[in-house]
Amino acid sequence: MSTQIPSASDLAETDFGPPPAKNYLNEETTIRSWLLTTDHKRIGLLYLFTILIFFAIASFAAAMMRLELLTPAGDLVLSQTYNKLFTIHGVLMVWFFLIPSIPTVLGNFLIPLMIGARDLAFPKLNLASWYIFITAGAFTLYAVFAGGVETGWTFYTPLSTKYTNTHVFAMAMGVFISGFSSILTGLNFIVTIHKMRAPGMKWMRLPLFCWSLYATSIIMVLATPVLAVVTMLLAIERLWGVGIFDPALGGDPVLFQHLFWFYSHPAVYIMILPGFGVISELITCFSRKRIFGYEFIAFASMAIAILGFVVWGHHMFLSSQSVYSGMVFSFLSFVIAVPSAIKVFNWTATLYKGSITFETPMLYALGFIGLFTIGGMTGLFVAALATDVHLHDTYFVVAHFHYIMVGGMVLAFMGGLHYWWPKITGRRYPEPLGQLAALVTFIGFNLTFFPQFILGYLGMPRRYHAYPPEWQVWNVLSTAGASILAVGYMMPLGYLIWSLKKGKRAGENPWEATGLEWQTTSPPPKHNFDVTPIVTEEPYAYPLAASDEHLKAEKGRRALEHA
Amino acid sequence: MNFPVAMELPLVPDQASSMAGQVDLLFWFLVLLTCGIVAVVFGPMFFFLYKYRKGSPADRTPDTFRTWIPEVIWSGIPLLIAMGIFAWGATVYAHIKTMPDAADALEVNVIGKQWMWNVQHAEGHRELNELHVPVDRTVRLVMTSQDVIHNFGIPAFRLKQDVLPGRYTTQWFKATKLGRYRIFCDQLCGMGHAEMVGWVTVLNPVEYNEWVNVGTEQGTLVARGERLFRALGCSGCHGENSQIRAPSLVGLYGHPVPLDNGEFVTADDRYIHDSILLPQKQIVMSYGPPSVMPSYAGQIGEEEVFQLVQYIKSLGRYTPDEYLRQNEGVGGQTQTHVPTTQNPPPGTSGPTAMPSPAAGPTPQNAPPSPAFSPQPTSY
Ligand code: HEC
Ligand SMILES: [Cu+2]
Ligand SMILES: [Cu+2]
Repeated sequence: MSTQIPSASDLAETDFGPPPAKNYLNEETTIRSWLLTTDHKRIGLLYLFTILIFFAIASFAAAMMRLELLTPAGDLVLSQTYNKLFTIHGVLMVWFFLIPSIPTVLGNFLIPLMIGARDLAFPKLNLASWYIFITAGAFTLYAVFAGGVETGWTFYTPLSTKYTNTHVFAMAMGVFISGFSSILTGLNFIVTIHKMRAPGMKWMRLPLFCWSLYATSIIMVLATPVLAVVTMLLAIERLWGVGIFDPALGGDPVLFQHLFWFYSHPAVYIMILPGFGVISELITCFSRKRIFGYEFIAFASMAIAILGFVVWGHHMFLSSQSVYSGMVFSFLSFVIAVPSAIKVFNWTATLYKGSITFETPMLYALGFIGLFTIGGMTGLFVAALATDVHLHDTYFVVAHFHYIMVGGMVLAFMGGLHYWWPKITGRRYPEPLGQLAALVTFIGFNLTFFPQFILGYLGMPRRYHAYPPEWQVWNVLSTAGASILAVGYMMPLGYLIWSLKKGKRAGENPWEATGLEWQTTSPPPKHNFDVTPIVTEEPYAYPLAASDEHLKAEKGRRALEHA
Repeated sequence: MNFPVAMELPLVPDQASSMAGQVDLLFWFLVLLTCGIVAVVFGPMFFFLYKYRKGSPADRTPDTFRTWIPEVIWSGIPLLIAMGIFAWGATVYAHIKTMPDAADALEVNVIGKQWMWNVQHAEGHRELNELHVPVDRTVRLVMTSQDVIHNFGIPAFRLKQDVLPGRYTTQWFKATKLGRYRIFCDQLCGMGHAEMVGWVTVLNPVEYNEWVNVGTEQGTLVARGERLFRALGCSGCHGENSQIRAPSLVGLYGHPVPLDNGEFVTADDRYIHDSILLPQKQIVMSYGPPSVMPSYAGQIGEEEVFQLVQYIKSLGRYTPDEYLRQNEGVGGQTQTHVPTTQNPPPGTSGPTAMPSPAAGPTPQNAPPSPAFSPQPTSY
């Protein structure tokens, strides 16, 4: 194919004319119009603003921890303060940043646009979810500022019920309430994707981002109630001394872990599946090619969502679980590794015969593939029973899940945010700065977390504020990496805000991407589309689409040539 | 004794137990496999990124092969590899978890407490945040916690296990290298979590024999248990000539016990443990409810409970027939099989006459034995 293929970078420097006179941002501008909005796009932005605040607080806690670990002695903060820091970090990052990040910001903004709908199925419920989320955040922040909690984000009993007199109750309430926000968001997405697709958008024409959020929503709706149950039981034991988990009252301390991980393992997939969705969109756009193995990627998401419910026991190999249940959970954990591997291979294969450019979102996507691969492979180390005995509760685990959560999810979030930023704001961010920030983030990330694999193998336990001096070198490297990573996070914050006023006008489709969201103005009008779009082709019909239709045509042509 | 040298850049932990090599083999295999997979993903990726960069002259004619062929390959092969690793990991794990039949195995009791490790040897030796073991001999740790969940881990032995309140968990190892290695608590247990550390010292057999016979003036754990049994008034009910109706404990260990709810439980360590601390939880058939046995929770710590368990275990094992025959006359007065170690109860009987912890010389108030060697818990 010799014709010039238009690519994203051709348009990067173009300044398109002024935005549409009326769009969702300027239709109404009062504070009230924002706080009472039922527009999915505005609610997405409300979420963006809120989760960034939580992210900032949680990152600050992480920075304090890395500073403490600069020296082997516990000299910067008290051990109790350190425990509070990692509890804040864990609770805020998990429930108030990672879980809501892509679903509530990008998902809210994009699902209706991508399927050609005017809004989510239940706009008011969507706003209610945000208010519930804010309430949950208020409880949690109250617990943080009233004195903190020192149980870690895992709240293991009986430490959390009997042996700590900090604000466990308030924080557990925060987590409890945030669960309802998750459930309502998930419900809204499921109904929307089922009922509101534009004419012609069959299931197999659904963008992969929507597929992944569909899978995520199923987990949210089915798993989160268990979180509500377990936090309630925790509160009941704590407040009224009913013996549920405390062995001194006849309870079972391990029961808590079962319930907790029955939610929290699927929650890991709530955190990473949306990332998969974003990466699928980015990789195809910047290789100008149809995604390789669309159906396989879509069904892999569903397989992960279902299998994710039956592997929780891999967090409990050493909790006095029987050898045989350990084996069952280990086996299932190895099975669930396969759909993730399928995705990675399909993304790589998408690059084949593409026309690849390297704008910021693509850099984040490539970084994601690399870090997620390492994160996933190191997951096998801890899913294998024998090695888990040594690695359990060490820094190896910390490194492993940060490769997935930060290397995976945060990079996907950043990539997605950059990719859809022109659609969200109508402006472009400065491309070279974006590329630089992606690179800095990647380097900083690896320097922070790779040394932690080695520390874990050496045996350094998690949640220690002091450690043997022979491990200092690796800790110093990790802290150095964290400061680079901080720069990588700070840069986008700066230039994205700058771009709100000064960025170049984006135009409808700055990346020349397929997908309905690019067929409306940037920023979109309040009701997304002036005319309801009609879908006539598969989602990734890029010029280099080696699609099934194309394939048939090509076969026919070759057959003719032969004849 | 060689102490660990603080290296500049430590990369691998000491290998000091019989399991360490096997765990490491799998670990390093996985490292290699990771490198392999990374090569398989990144090799083509970088190749494509270069070859198919925008504007390159590469051939981009769409291929006509069916996508399901590569899909099957790259789902099938990872699945096979994953199953292989699973089987390997599970096999080694089964080794780690199965106590080998070793006639000379030592049993050591470990008790986690916020924030220290108490260790009791059968010979009576007690340690704090220290564990002395002989080289090349199987050691079985029987562990429990006084408060929250802890985790007893020794990286050099590739060993780790949660230590739970109200339950006994076990793990075993065979140290293969003389030296001193770190012990950590790996489960978050509150404020002093990072201070809950210690050392295991691997001695040669001669040194160990010298060491183990010092500081045992208070007698073996069984002897201590027996003293407690009398001091706490247990013998007043469970003893031979008791006026109170209570089951005999002779020959109890290891047998199914009929409960008042019609179920049977095997009298294992945990059952005896719970009988002492939570007597109302499982009541022997025809002795309640409620059981007249008082709870000793709060009066004695896990150390003492363990000593009592050891003592009750030492009262022998009956065959199931003997056990049932003995319990036929459930009044407790018709027992015949009373071993010589069990003395007649003191003149007291009934819970009211039991010595309070403050009055009696309970081990909590007893001075630590010479070998009870508190160590500064800094690194
Ligand atoms: C007031 C009398 C009394 C005292 C004192 C007493 N017990 Fe008991 N114990 C009983 C009775 C009655 C039962 C049977 C009912 C039950 O299972 O609780 C029993 C049951 C037991 C059992 C379970 C026996 C079986 O056959 O299953 C054990 C073990 C036991 N006691 C140990 C002790 C120990 C150790 C002490 C001292 C620390 C002690 N008891 C003190 C009355 C007593
Ligand atoms: Cu998990
Ligand atoms: Cu501990």
